[in-house]
Amino acid sequence: MGKAQQVLSLGMVMIVGALLISAVNLTMPAFGSFPQRQIGENVENAIGQQILENAPRQTGAANVVTSVVWGYRGYDTLGESTVLFTAVVGVVMVFRAVRRPE
Amino acid sequence: MAGMTIIVRTIARLLFPFMFLFGAYVVVHGHLTPGGGFPGGVIIAASFVMLILAYGIEQTQKRMSFVNAEVLDTIGGVTLAIIGLLGLFVSGGFFLQNVFPLGELGRLFSSGNLPLLYLGVGIKVTAGILLIFYAMLFASRGENE
Repeated sequence: MGKAQQVLSLGMVMIVGALLISAVNLTMPAFGSFPQRQIGENVENAIGQQILENAPRQTGAANVVTSVVWGYRGYDTLGESTVLFTAVVGVVMVFRAVRRPE
Repeated sequence: MAGMTIIVRTIARLLFPFMFLFGAYVVVHGHLTPGGGFPGGVIIAASFVMLILAYGIEQTQKRMSFVNAEVLDTIGGVTLAIIGLLGLFVSGGFFLQNVFPLGELGRLFSSGNLPLLYLGVGIKVTAGILLIFYAMLFASRGENE
């Protein structure tokens, strides 16, 4: 790589980095503030805020993550454990096939 | 894999119940504290992997054999399916509905079926991770179990 090409690469990296940093500074919400989401006409009733406020009463779990994972999104987690099961079956099948020919 | 020196073996033997207990704690308290079935199951599986490293695979097979791990993996999955199907038999119920009483917030026996589901996931993840380790070890050794 020649000298000019090195300088060009460094300049491009610095320009892209400066763009990214300025984009974060200009467009991100302030640190610690929760962005208000708008779904249709409902601005105040963002789904995250709803879950945070109602999860302990609706599911009875003190851990809000758990009430999302198994309470509100139970299908998703069931599919997740199915993925794990498929992975285990695949690994066991492949490694059984490896040691069969002896 | 033959195993390691007596120092490593002793430490592993003493440490194993505590690691197992910590993993079980993370699984059982999944609905109260950060954690849950997936990380807790991985911690329990890691305690067995520590035994494999210290004692070799033959000694560890006496505590948890390949077939036992397969059976436990299936039992965990069937537990999830059964608890999910229980919700369907309630009038107007849906899959994975909470059919048990919610109880008092923050207690161990609260929030209906969430601890049971996490227990099933914990058993399933433990057996699954252990099965992957066993399968790779048997294949690299080139012998039958």
